[in-house]
Amino acid sequence: MTALLSLQAVSKRYGAVQANAGIDLVVDPGSIHAILGENGAGKSTLMKLIYGVESPDAGVMLWKGQAVNLNSPAEARALGIGMVFQHFSLFETLSVVQNIALIVPGRKADLARRIRALGDEFGLDVDPEAMVHALSVGERQRVEIIRCLLLNPELLILDEPTSVLPPQSVARLFETLRALQARGMAILFISHKLEEIKELCDTATILRGGQVTGRLDPRAHSAKDLATLMIGRAMPPPLPATVQEVGEVRLELGGLDYVNDDPFGVSLSDISLRVHSGEIVGIAGISGNGQQELAALISGEVVQAGDMIRMMGRSVDAVGVAQRRKMGFAFVPEERLGRGAVPEMSLADNALLTAHGAGLVQRGFIHRTPERAYTAACIARYDVRTPGPEAEAGALSGGNLQKFIMGREMMLDPKLLLVSQPTWGVDIGAATDIRQRLVAMRNAGAAILVISEELEELFQICDRLHVLHKGHLSPSLPTAQTNAEQVGTYMIGAGA
Amino acid sequence: MNAVDFILAGMLAAATPMLLAALGEMVVERSGVLNLGLEGMMALGAALGFITTYTYQSHALGFLAAGLGGAGLSLLFALIVLGFVANQVAAGLAIGILGTGLSALFGKSFESLTISGLPKLALPLLSDLPVVGVLFVQDAVVWLTIALALAIWATMNHSKLGLIIRAVGENPHAARAIGFRVLPIRCAAIGFGGALAGIAGAYASTVYTPLWADGMIAGRGWIALALVVFGTWQTGRVVFGAFLFGALSLGELTTQAAGVNIPSQLLACVPYIVTILMLAVISSNRRRMRLNTIASLGQPFEK
Repeated sequence: MTALLSLQAVSKRYGAVQANAGIDLVVDPGSIHAILGENGAGKSTLMKLIYGVESPDAGVMLWKGQAVNLNSPAEARALGIGMVFQHFSLFETLSVVQNIALIVPGRKADLARRIRALGDEFGLDVDPEAMVHALSVGERQRVEIIRCLLLNPELLILDEPTSVLPPQSVARLFETLRALQARGMAILFISHKLEEIKELCDTATILRGGQVTGRLDPRAHSAKDLATLMIGRAMPPPLPATVQEVGEVRLELGGLDYVNDDPFGVSLSDISLRVHSGEIVGIAGISGNGQQELAALISGEVVQAGDMIRMMGRSVDAVGVAQRRKMGFAFVPEERLGRGAVPEMSLADNALLTAHGAGLVQRGFIHRTPERAYTAACIARYDVRTPGPEAEAGALSGGNLQKFIMGREMMLDPKLLLVSQPTWGVDIGAATDIRQRLVAMRNAGAAILVISEELEELFQICDRLHVLHKGHLSPSLPTAQTNAEQVGTYMIGAGA
Repeated sequence: MNAVDFILAGMLAAATPMLLAALGEMVVERSGVLNLGLEGMMALGAALGFITTYTYQSHALGFLAAGLGGAGLSLLFALIVLGFVANQVAAGLAIGILGTGLSALFGKSFESLTISGLPKLALPLLSDLPVVGVLFVQDAVVWLTIALALAIWATMNHSKLGLIIRAVGENPHAARAIGFRVLPIRCAAIGFGGALAGIAGAYASTVYTPLWADGMIAGRGWIALALVVFGTWQTGRVVFGAFLFGALSLGELTTQAAGVNIPSQLLACVPYIVTILMLAVISSNRRRMRLNTIASLGQPFEK
């Protein structure tokens, strides 16, 4: 049998980074083939090469045994390759059918009919006339998949398709993919989630640092084996679960309402929660359900009148970021570059931005020596890989910068810490480290609120969970008494 | 001729230079590029259009030269902002100043010369209507401009080309990921906008007031830029805005002619004050702005 797609010694370099080095890959027709690897292992680059978005520096790509040289996605689509991007390539101000008409030829009425037909056949229902900005993330993914399927591809590439879905939608996606496989379509499934790959895929190619470290049948190997190939050592041990008495209330939201006048944003209604000293409370939910708005209200970036937010027992609705921070509040936002750190400034100056109260400024002038010492301490203590305090924040990798920002905030020894997506894009080793430090802070008596899309992470570190869906918050769910199923039900708004 | 007749008869022609330039700029901005050099491109078009029309006694050649001149200057702008990924605001301002300077240089020896305008064409039946009939007696360029507005509306909203331009303007990275070539598309949009700006300038110097004088564009390029925002990047609203400003600028003349005792400088300010007020009112509706604004406007794109 001729392989559908075969790559031989494919390499790609971006500046100093060797994203792919001598990759060999064979995809058979009708196979669901996993590409497994950590963030930064080179998975996305490899897919861009296959889909013609980028051209390889070296190596050969064979399609059904014929050497091909792709210069654009249009050429890849003409061969029969379709791709669903992790960050969707949809346009929010266009309707579903307009988005699809961009690359699928045909009249609008015909397209709308075919969209509905595909929806019925593969469980991908979506309204062709809906505007994309009004769709949920799951629906957007369906639009992307439909857009590919309308071109009758023989190979469908899905880049981290489950990272944006609640558990129930993942099951539904897998059914769709199996139905496509039954039609003879080959699927390249990119993921870093081991259990999913074991469940769905019949072959796996494992990448680490831009190189292939394994080729195997994931169903025949344990998750531990896969993890070892993926991260180069055994999985870090799980965190010790200790139950402790909680202290006083550090953050209290009492019926918080917020009307968002941004039509692409989310309004919040009647959000109530408490975070005590000595506990970690998690907010689960798919991004775009009000997480950004909630974080901005708690951090003080958005201020509104009322008596709905209390910190350390004081009403803080009317006061801004600086005063809340003075009271012992610290915040690690989701966007590292631009909000968590200024990319063009040195680490030392970035440290100064929130640690200016720690003796780094006197009479309005910056004290360079303590500033450097503070930054150096942060770099050393939180294992930030960088040449030193003078390095530009924008030059650090995502994981390293996250460690730096977390360290900067933790060194302030806050009474209340709000962390948004603490380990997003961070490799497993650093992620474990960050989680352990959060637990240590909790044990030392800090109150911590974590907003995260990673359910596993929340279950590891949180004492209690809430789920945010379309601006509504679920009741408090003690982690020990709930499970992913129940949380997932709230994530799609079906919880009672 | 009473004031109403005067305004009705003249507002379309008065609006045409602003409308042509605004329509082109709307397409450019829809693709995600902000071209602040409009005023200079209009000035260059006005000078080249007048020189060519005067020399060859042909308005068609004049418009051709003006369109080519405007497109040429805008392609220089494209080279700077797309090729060298420079800041669009700074580059646009610089190109605008260059265009104004070039127009003064080329037009120097043509100052105070005159040429004839274009004949008016009356639409049958409509032009016989009472009161509004005068609205339908206009020169060919006015009619062509209205036809062009219709064509641009149809293209932007109902054709694949329009979809692609809007997609590139909203999210160039996604557009590239699905296989559209962002830079060539933007470059073509800039060239189109520049050509229209040049033609708009030529209309002002060879038809509307058939003479060349340095500085004769007199801020109409800036009004055209404001009109695009005023119309929230929608063709119909841009056309409405342009006609409104055409009427306003004539209103100023009629008030003067009627002998109302208001300083003429103050009256001349009215269209600009209205521009500022309308922009403030429109921008205050955050919801509407967010739904219509071009997401990548003014941001450099590097693949």
